[in-house]
Amino acid sequence: MSSIAYIAGVGVISAIGNNVPEHLAAFEREEAGMGEITMLDTIYHGKIPVAEVKLKNNELADMTGMPPDISRTTLLSLVAAQEALADAQIPGLDELRTGFVSANTVGGMDKSEDFFIDFIKDNSKGKLKNVYDHECGSITEIVAEKLGLKDYMTTISTACSSSANAIFYGARLIKNNVLDVVVAGGTDALTKFTLNGFNTLMILDPEFCKPFDEHRQGLNLGEGAGYVVLVSDKVAKTLNKAPYCELSGYNNSNDAYHQTASSPDGTGSYLAMKGALDRSGLQPSDIDYINLHGTGTPNNDSAEGTAITRVFDPEYPPVSSTKSFTGHTLGASGGIEAVFSVMAIKHGLIYPNLRFETRMAELSFEPEANFLKGQNISHVMSNSFGFGGNCTSLIFSKV
Amino acid sequence: MKVYIRSSACISPQNTFRNEGFLTDVVEYTGTRLTAVEPDYKGFVDPKLLRRMSRIIKMGVATAQECLNNANNVMPGAIITGTAYGCLEDTVTFLTRIIEHDEEMLPPTSFIQSTHNTVAAQIALMLKCYGYNNTFVHKGISFESALQDAMMLLNEREADNVLIGATDEMTDTSFTVLTRLGLYRRWPVSNLDLYATRSKGSIGGEGAAFFLLTDKPSPDNLAELTAIRTIYKPTTLKDIEKRVVAFLAENGLAIGDIDLVITGKSGDLRHDEIYEELDLSLFKNSALANYKHLCGEYPTSSSFALWLASNILKNGIVPTITIERGDIKTPPKKVLVYNHYQKIYHSLMLISAI
Repeated sequence: MSSIAYIAGVGVISAIGNNVPEHLAAFEREEAGMGEITMLDTIYHGKIPVAEVKLKNNELADMTGMPPDISRTTLLSLVAAQEALADAQIPGLDELRTGFVSANTVGGMDKSEDFFIDFIKDNSKGKLKNVYDHECGSITEIVAEKLGLKDYMTTISTACSSSANAIFYGARLIKNNVLDVVVAGGTDALTKFTLNGFNTLMILDPEFCKPFDEHRQGLNLGEGAGYVVLVSDKVAKTLNKAPYCELSGYNNSNDAYHQTASSPDGTGSYLAMKGALDRSGLQPSDIDYINLHGTGTPNNDSAEGTAITRVFDPEYPPVSSTKSFTGHTLGASGGIEAVFSVMAIKHGLIYPNLRFETRMAELSFEPEANFLKGQNISHVMSNSFGFGGNCTSLIFSKV
Repeated sequence: MKVYIRSSACISPQNTFRNEGFLTDVVEYTGTRLTAVEPDYKGFVDPKLLRRMSRIIKMGVATAQECLNNANNVMPGAIITGTAYGCLEDTVTFLTRIIEHDEEMLPPTSFIQSTHNTVAAQIALMLKCYGYNNTFVHKGISFESALQDAMMLLNEREADNVLIGATDEMTDTSFTVLTRLGLYRRWPVSNLDLYATRSKGSIGGEGAAFFLLTDKPSPDNLAELTAIRTIYKPTTLKDIEKRVVAFLAENGLAIGDIDLVITGKSGDLRHDEIYEELDLSLFKNSALANYKHLCGEYPTSSSFALWLASNILKNGIVPTITIERGDIKTPPKKVLVYNHYQKIYHSLMLISAI
């Protein structure tokens, strides 16, 4: 039984890049990924900004060797998971017990939307191929097959905390001696379903989002995928390069307040952060950077800010929301931000919280607005909170 | 450490919810779709909430509540659900409105309730349970994944008791689409004749089953959940046999120690060939039972099988309607559930009398 789950590889795709180096370069250039909608056929074109991955499905298909007519969610997942696995360079992978734990929120919904246009006119119509991979689990299955990770696979869906839960489930599979290597994270593509869903909730910012700003107006939707490769201590000893860090803390708590809104005192967020600290054996003052959930909605940032105050006051570490670059990638966000957290430790980085102007009135801290290099970063906390009160915090620690 | 099933509850196409009898009052359906027998939800769910809830949410929340009632209303340390399709009715409602109303004037309720974690979230909200809360959505092993998580949590001493369950609903849309995909029979059949009529296709089903798992021994426990295993795409029948034997051996057992094997025969000859061959080989001396003629085929139907197995062990009797063959040792002490979904996802559950 491995007492530690190490991070040995990372992979990411989002609106600001198609791999890890492109992301780090975009952070340094302080270049956000939001823009006009180009890929979805929607009436909100030109009205609501989104953060699209800058590759069309046929380009993603070329990169991955998959057919272009499958769900974009699958294609994004495969790009990032392939990068993560290649990055880890695990010797003798075929001989190890390997698994894939992936998260998403709407499965192959982009294809189901095409199916439904014909289906609702005539129930005998609609290309069945387009609805065949509707289930969330289908996305995971296709990618696991392609990567050859077949000893174990499963899919988690807890709204916007989905892939943070996938990562910590992966770590537990290693710690419980079920597997030696787990690729874990999540994926979500932009769909009309989610765009319209969030729009009905009136939490989309018509401009580029301003997380943790007094005048924030909502979130921008994004898309992408992010994965980490978790390995046992036995496998870590065989690696060609040192693991980046370990997953030292994790906690999943429920806000139990409302289906979509966060409680004013941030109960779930507080319990998640506190629980992750307890698990890691760290004090709040040990945390060198918090990658915020920071969606930019008035409700989230207020609840998360209050919870951070409860945990960290009066000594606040640097905090920022990278959703100011990538938009809110929903089921992918925990995975994508886990990659950013790992890279923050590896390269000593604090990412800027773009477009920040005014501190929130109720808070006595504000996000870091500048890109900082050469920092000494040992412990990073990453927050992911979702609908249904699902709150998860992860802590990555230097080893 | 041992894991026990403290209590259970089940809403299914049979009279399984708050019913005195144990599958004695069998419901016969003629068609290709079995629909859950739903209780009056008043008393389980706040009437104000009830109006907005879709069927899957009501079934899930009420079953979870009843499961806890059966365990003296203990507050669970964690809530874990499995669902392959999630909240389909709300998903289809929202998707249809997007298309029909050209993305304008959409009410948010169906979107809010469409997320796969809605049932687990609503249970947490109802109980004010701030603990671990997770939802697995992996096709034919959604329920088994949730079970594995629950067993690991108990093993890690993260919780003393874990509420775990599965929910899947059949809607008109999913029934139409899955029928077009060839999952169900083309002609109506009585569910009680499902295995007598050899054909391609099964009958669709749905349901919710919840369990409270604990590591604490008690005479009130229903059974011990000894072990579970999932197998992805085994290559041959020999491979399956080998894995079943190995699974039993890991638990110090041989097939001769199993008093009852419950298999997932679905009436689809393409899928049942695996069970039929095993019945003649590894299971040739085993007493056999079936369950999908009672609840229909759906990706989380193994939750019905676990409900059946744990209540068989608690009551010490095997409902006649489930028996396929064999002399059953009474009371049975060891039950093996072997199910596969579409030949892709196979699962084994070993349940023992306490």
